[in-house]
Amino acid sequence: MNIELRDPNIIMKLSRLGSFHQSKLSFLRSFLNEFKDWDYKRDLFDLDKNGFGVAIYSFKKKERAYSLICFANKIDDNERSDRVIATKWDAAFTLYDGSPSNNDIERLKNEVPKQEVGRLSYKELTLSRANKSIRVFDHVVESLSNGKQPNLDLLEKVGYLYRTTAVYGSGKFGLADRFRIKNREEINGPFRLEMMLVYLVRQFTFDQVNHVAKNKNPEKAVRLDLKICKNLGIGNSTGLGMAPFIVNHPTLVNNWIMCREKALKKIREIKNVKDEDADLFKECLRNSIKNITSWNTESEFQRKKIKELLKDVKKSLNFIENKINFEDEYPFNKIYLWIENETCEECIEYMVSIMMEPYEKILQPLIKQMSSDEDKYFNIPTQRTTEELRFIIEKRYSNILSIDFEKRKNQKKFWFISKNKEEPRIADRFEEQGSNLEQPLAIARDIKNLYEKLKISNGIQTIDKFLSENSDLRHVVRRAFIIEKFPYSEIQDNTISENMVPIDMLRLKLSFFGALKFDPRSDKWLRICMFQGAPLPNELKNYDDHWVYKAHLKI
Amino acid sequence: MKSLSEIEIISKRASRAAGFSWGIAEEIGKSVRLLELFGLPGIKNLNQYFQEINLKKFENLKIINKINKSTNLGFCPISLGVSFIDQVKTLENYKKCEFSEVRYPFLLLPFLSRGSEIIGKRILFRFANNQFLLNFNVSISSNFLQDNFLNTAKDIKISFLENKDNFEDLEWKKLYQLSEKTFVEETQSLKKGAAGAGLTDND
Repeated sequence: MNIELRDPNIIMKLSRLGSFHQSKLSFLRSFLNEFKDWDYKRDLFDLDKNGFGVAIYSFKKKERAYSLICFANKIDDNERSDRVIATKWDAAFTLYDGSPSNNDIERLKNEVPKQEVGRLSYKELTLSRANKSIRVFDHVVESLSNGKQPNLDLLEKVGYLYRTTAVYGSGKFGLADRFRIKNREEINGPFRLEMMLVYLVRQFTFDQVNHVAKNKNPEKAVRLDLKICKNLGIGNSTGLGMAPFIVNHPTLVNNWIMCREKALKKIREIKNVKDEDADLFKECLRNSIKNITSWNTESEFQRKKIKELLKDVKKSLNFIENKINFEDEYPFNKIYLWIENETCEECIEYMVSIMMEPYEKILQPLIKQMSSDEDKYFNIPTQRTTEELRFIIEKRYSNILSIDFEKRKNQKKFWFISKNKEEPRIADRFEEQGSNLEQPLAIARDIKNLYEKLKISNGIQTIDKFLSENSDLRHVVRRAFIIEKFPYSEIQDNTISENMVPIDMLRLKLSFFGALKFDPRSDKWLRICMFQGAPLPNELKNYDDHWVYKAHLKI
Repeated sequence: MKSLSEIEIISKRASRAAGFSWGIAEEIGKSVRLLELFGLPGIKNLNQYFQEINLKKFENLKIINKINKSTNLGFCPISLGVSFIDQVKTLENYKKCEFSEVRYPFLLLPFLSRGSEIIGKRILFRFANNQFLLNFNVSISSNFLQDNFLNTAKDIKISFLENKDNFEDLEWKKLYQLSEKTFVEETQSLKKGAAGAGLTDND
């Protein structure tokens, strides 16, 4: 049986991308898998009794070392903010390439806590900061110092002790450029070093809370139970900064989604499913219901989606347990076709993720294909003709061509970079000033403009001639030739329409990171949790790969 | 030290602010990054160029011919560079191209370098006594070692070099003979044990 890859016109719609969930392809899971046999060590833990100071954690293998350097600082409660406008944080981190010298630590002590206004060097790979969830952190310190474990209801509600508010890499603020490290085998996967930073930060939060509790009451204090630690993750607040990334890295995004689609195709094509694979799939699906019922959010938008998801997952489980015989041929294809017809988008993508759980062998080769050498596709094939370009657009952007951009509602928003924080923002074109400085993220509108020009151009004209008269369309000409080869490289939706929900764009990226429990705080930013349920560093050598579906504080 | 990623992003944004389209700004970002990667003064030249285009309008060369003469204040290196990479597959048929006056010639270099990669041939870029050999966008060799600033190149010659060895046959043979000393002379018994020995391929 040959199953077709799913249609990009469906998968690349914003509402579908905004329904994606973590899977075994997610970067934090592939990071754990890659680094499971590295040596983990806490190299330095020099905090005062209040938990302020420096700590260093490392992963080492043969000659290679990566070290997380943590700087924990005192800040006042009124200075604590998750917004990008903040200038102080409870802790700041950098991932250092190798083992830092004392001089490095001194240098970084002055730069890392400043974050965007500090300067890093090519020896630093990633940069981040995080704030305490004060109500949880203080409660845990209080409980542990009194010899008790914390209240699990509160912990379950939040899920972490700290949340990061940005994680930077790839040359930002002087950090090492990607080209310096891209040939290292262990980081042959997107965002692997960012994942390492977040993972080690999680361990720092446990060590710090234990340290503060112990110093508060040395006689009575107990350590945070390891099972509780394991079921806590690290939070993250994310805003619009992530959205342009999706548009600006078309081949990379294509590769992420192409791997997901190829995995699904291969799973649907399995004729005879082994009993143990069927059992594992059903077990993960059953266990995952707790992930849904413990997914807390005050967002009406998300609550509605979760309610629908829970209903549809239960319906699917019922269908699978009563109507699917895994001894029949192609059972996953039958399941997929059923969920596609009978359940919501959120559930379809949720089930697709769970179907991957038993299939390490299918996924491992795909994970290696999730990076992209983007420069390879930068040059425009200028010897081709405008007719060929028109055909590409008609084939690849058919839905976009039907959008009427004369209507106000279809061009209501514009993307810009804020002068204050150099961060992306979105605003109303007809009510706010600044649309003359619009960022090139309105791809649908610009593709349509290009198409209108191509329709009246001479079909045999070569692209170099066309571009010499249409320089303003160069950025979309480049994209159209990219999508010809990379069908999942483009959002098949209008990113400037009145109804556009920016967090759908964030959700796409965060799901590939491996985030759980998306908690939208508005249509422009959200909180998530990472590594909740993941093995602790000293458990990495032998851990349950399906931990995501076993992450529960309360049994 | 600024990272190449920062150099590319800031050059792109600055180019957009200077009036170039987003697509051209992307090209400039990549090109300045490339210059700085090769240790050449990309940021310095781009800055100077942007200051000057506030005052003067350089000539855009949309279609490149074998011989190109500027009629005004000299050719804009960006417009010329973009036209060059867009038309390079046609231009290589000329073997050589000449330009009467190009402003900020350093800014043209990365486009020539990328052009060299596109057509798979080395490109030689010459003006006055300066020579730059663009090697498939992997490196740039030059006799230009001064630190001074070049805001104009008068008579530019660009040659598309055919792919040929830059050594003599005799030199190759000598080296080959030496390399043969790593080989083992096959005896009859070694021949018998080689892959496929004893089989015929008439199946």
